Amino acid sequence: MSTAVDTSAAVPLPAEGDGTPLKKRLRRAERRRNLLFGALILPLALVVLVAFIWPIGSLLTIGVDNPEIHDNLPRTLAVLEDWNGSAPPDEAAFRALADELAAAKGSPAIAAIAKRLNRENAGYRSLVMKTARKLPLDAAVPAREALVAIDAQWGELATWQAIHRAGGALTPFYLLAAIDRAIDADGDIVAAPEDERIYVDVLLRTFWMSLIVTVCCLALGFPVAYLMASLSTRHSNMLMIFVLLPFWTSVLVRVAAWIVLLQNEGLVNRLLMWLGLTDSPLQLLFNRFGVYVAMVHILLPFMVLPLYSVMKGISPVYMRAALSLGCPPFRSFWKIYFPQTLPGIGAGGLLVFIMCMGYYITPALLGGPKEQMLSYFIAFYTNQTINWGMAAALSAVLLAATLLLYMVYARYLGPTRVKYMKAR
Amino acid sequence: MKHAASFLRAAVLVALGGAVGTASADITVISFGGASQKAQDKAYYAPFAKATGVKVVAGEYNGEQAKVKAMVEAGNVTWDVLEVESPELVRGCEEGLFEKIDFAQVGDKADFVPAAVNECGVGIFVWSTALAYNADRLKEAPTSWADFWNVDKFPGKRGLRKGAKYTLEFALLADGVPTSDVYKVLATPAGVDRAFAKLDKLKANIQWWEAGAQPPQLLASGDLVMSAAYNGRISAAQVEGKNLKVVWNGSIYDVDSWAIPKGSPNKADALKFIRFASQPDNQAVFSGEIAYGPVNLKAVPAIDAKVAAGLPTSPENMTGAMATDTEFWVEHGENLEQRFNAWAAR
Amino acid sequence: MEAVHNSQAPHVSFRNVQKTYDGETLIVRDLNLDIRRGEFLTLLGPSGSGKTTCLMMLAGFETPTGGEIRLDGEVINRVPPYRRNIGMVFQNYALFPHMTVADNLRFPLRVRKLAANEVEARVKRALGMVQLEAFGNRYPQQLSGGQQQRIALARALVFDPQLVLMDEPLGALDKNLRERMQLEIKHIQQNLGITVVFVTHDQSEALTMSDRIAVFNHGVIQQIDAPEALYEYPTNSFVADFIGENNALDGTVVAVAGEECDVRLDCGTVLRARTGNVGAGGRARIAVRPERVQLAGEGEGANRLDATVRELIYLGDQIRLRVELAGKHEFTIKAPISQLDRSLRPGDAIRVGLDPAHTRALDVPAAH
Repeated sequence: MSTAVDTSAAVPLPAEGDGTPLKKRLRRAERRRNLLFGALILPLALVVLVAFIWPIGSLLTIGVDNPEIHDNLPRTLAVLEDWNGSAPPDEAAFRALADELAAAKGSPAIAAIAKRLNRENAGYRSLVMKTARKLPLDAAVPAREALVAIDAQWGELATWQAIHRAGGALTPFYLLAAIDRAIDADGDIVAAPEDERIYVDVLLRTFWMSLIVTVCCLALGFPVAYLMASLSTRHSNMLMIFVLLPFWTSVLVRVAAWIVLLQNEGLVNRLLMWLGLTDSPLQLLFNRFGVYVAMVHILLPFMVLPLYSVMKGISPVYMRAALSLGCPPFRSFWKIYFPQTLPGIGAGGLLVFIMCMGYYITPALLGGPKEQMLSYFIAFYTNQTINWGMAAALSAVLLAATLLLYMVYARYLGPTRVKYMKAR
Repeated sequence: MKHAASFLRAAVLVALGGAVGTASADITVISFGGASQKAQDKAYYAPFAKATGVKVVAGEYNGEQAKVKAMVEAGNVTWDVLEVESPELVRGCEEGLFEKIDFAQVGDKADFVPAAVNECGVGIFVWSTALAYNADRLKEAPTSWADFWNVDKFPGKRGLRKGAKYTLEFALLADGVPTSDVYKVLATPAGVDRAFAKLDKLKANIQWWEAGAQPPQLLASGDLVMSAAYNGRISAAQVEGKNLKVVWNGSIYDVDSWAIPKGSPNKADALKFIRFASQPDNQAVFSGEIAYGPVNLKAVPAIDAKVAAGLPTSPENMTGAMATDTEFWVEHGENLEQRFNAWAAR
Repeated sequence: MEAVHNSQAPHVSFRNVQKTYDGETLIVRDLNLDIRRGEFLTLLGPSGSGKTTCLMMLAGFETPTGGEIRLDGEVINRVPPYRRNIGMVFQNYALFPHMTVADNLRFPLRVRKLAANEVEARVKRALGMVQLEAFGNRYPQQLSGGQQQRIALARALVFDPQLVLMDEPLGALDKNLRERMQLEIKHIQQNLGITVVFVTHDQSEALTMSDRIAVFNHGVIQQIDAPEALYEYPTNSFVADFIGENNALDGTVVAVAGEECDVRLDCGTVLRARTGNVGAGGRARIAVRPERVQLAGEGEGANRLDATVRELIYLGDQIRLRVELAGKHEFTIKAPISQLDRSLRPGDAIRVGLDPAHTRALDVPAAH
């Protein structure tokens, strides 16, 4: 395009037809083309924006969003702004709190306040609800006395510190909790209590299980893909159907089938006992084994397909060349064939690994608590406790881990890394 | 931020699916499915349709309040009547997810068990989580949660629901805490530690379940020797000929309630349905179908004595049983579930 | 390198070699072929004629169904390809895409566990031989087709094989480059004194490069000879047609007199020709090259025929005439411009002469 512009600049051509200069007409023609290109990608760009970038962005904001106290107790927080935090605040704070709780009474706002404060300390929910029921206060009585009379906890420093702590518009609370960290009373970031630490382990477990599944998929998928790539089209199409078969049934059906197969009195155990390989049924379900088996089964096609497409593109002549150069078959395979499959291994591995990282249904149904991965807890907070802040924070952790992984992949195995591919 | 939250809600709504878009003349009633839903159909849905001409579209969910929240906050309520457990009823009512119910339109408060009368809900039935076992597999019958923990006497895997609720109560009961003190103990950090310490002892022998249909299956197949189970599920398996037994001692009962999601387009019909389902005759039919107790006390005389003996509400079964403390779980649920998850994942 | 071989003994010999893939049709039938040490032998033939199968059997990628193949006197039917020490250049070069040029060349040397300095010296020498010293660190895809071709050649030679096989190695190059590479390969072969077996379906390539050419058809060697002999003295119609341009006139042999015979064409004219693979009384096809057809006025005593000019095509150095002759519409004559009457026009009647020394009576191939 630039050469075209250069030419017209170097050789000024007389205006033609309607008298507009050539350069201008060129620009107009190009603008029209660019508009057309824009129009062509616009639907996709919108879909990506609406279905991908926006939700992920909103998700991340929910992970730090903290509106419950900030929006519902603004006056109390304003009073507490100048508070030194070493002793319960003065009457103005009590009055503001009493007024605002009274105003929130009977609306969802009171529940939001109660729920949020309860997260700071279990028990504050009933404190708030109980207090709200007895509001509004008699204007003649000092608010402090009246509130302490309703519940002595209002007279305690910790209660006010909790309100103060929970009052920011944004909070790192969920994100920190998602990596087993908490903020203590002094505002320092500390490790969460030992019996509440879980997510770092779960994240590591998610990585580890995904790795195992990926390796198993590779070990099982590589020979299949190799076979498919070397068979005649007719036979490889048949094999392809078998590989794709799992795609045609729902995940739940496949999981249910594995339950039937692997349970104590299932087919596998009965077969093992009939063969005399074991006396009592083996525990194949509700542990790692069952989860691995089912996940490998479900994800295998995602490994086989990229491998197959890469292998299909590797001419068998390379192996012949290696043999003709004096290299024995196995070494030829390892030195010549295998390195050329690396892009497929990378793509398939990344695909399987990332899908594994988000797995939820299979471990939930086939595994025990020790097999649950990060997504399980995201679902738990989304559905069960409706703590969407926590769900968003865990999602952010999962997203960050996945992006990190992708960057490692792009750096070491990705298309840009494999230099020789570029020239193709 | 507001946009972000409402977007997530909409996304959850889409992702979770559910019963969407029904004709206005019908009402959509959502319950937990399974044997209980079948019984509801027989006792409530079909007769209600016959009596009023309002068709009941039955749907099921798994108790996810997120769905209700997403619907209500997105202003797209497609559910009219909803079966909820008691903590969700309390929380949802406080958070404005449910319509307030004028109890006078349902019946006389005095006819109902106290737990069935709520600001936003009307009780459906009394159900119980109890120790169940396969009588074909155990020579000697267990009688208490202490037996449940006794691996030497009763070797084999035990089933517990994957979650803190009930699990912690059972652990304390097994540790010798009397039913009247369970929630008092559990409200203290030391009590929580005690419950988890007791669970530690059984951990290797526990198989966790999530769906109510699992325990009877796993008991019948021999995968489990004992399990905590919903009593109605066990009685349904008994009807199918499975020799499963319930130990009522140490069982924990609760009331499931009807609630109307805020903004339901068929609120009047929904209320009519709840009133219908609260009638003694209909409640008696329900208890005949599944072993859950009626909340309307007037239904008791109408229930066959043999059936009554298998209900959580029969005086005999109430001995040694305890009621769940809804307030406690609303208050402490999040923390205890978090700690439970951390503990179970280790 | 190896023990001095008896220069009389063939380097490679095929004895009664057969190959079938499906057990029904023979791709190669009863092949007998001796390849001399140091010669450039081309296997030429249309696709499906069995030439590539022969090469693959020699390389070890295909196993003969029958017969034996000897290399330096030893039967190699069961020797796997990586133990044969035969260099090979493939159709699309088969350079390893994930290795640099230098690593491609190092590969056969490292497999042979040569010392590192020896490896480097040989790689350098090989790159020098194909004049690509500066390209060692590039990847194959960064080279042009001709450069890749040279590297493939260097790789096949770097481990000093005595026998190098080439499977249509120039097919992917454009015409000019192909012609340059033909000579380059020929020169390298001559300088190194190695034996080359070269497969192609391009007859001009075969004529340019080869010491001998074996013409394949239907799994059988039709003729094996030096390029000139093959062109001038084809022993059957297939070879006459396949190599170079040929005019064919069908008739019947009426008499055979030693090296020569008389053939009565279907139009009645009797022609004298050299006797090929025909016998008296049988059908025969007269084969004559376009450039051997004499125009009127010359070649007294030759066979003479009347013809009508149909088309004249000016080709710069020569003129090509399409004439109608002996009832045949397609008969081509090539003549240098200097020898041609420039007043000829389509429709003109001319007389042409066929010198019996360059006119051959060959078989009439069965119609397919």
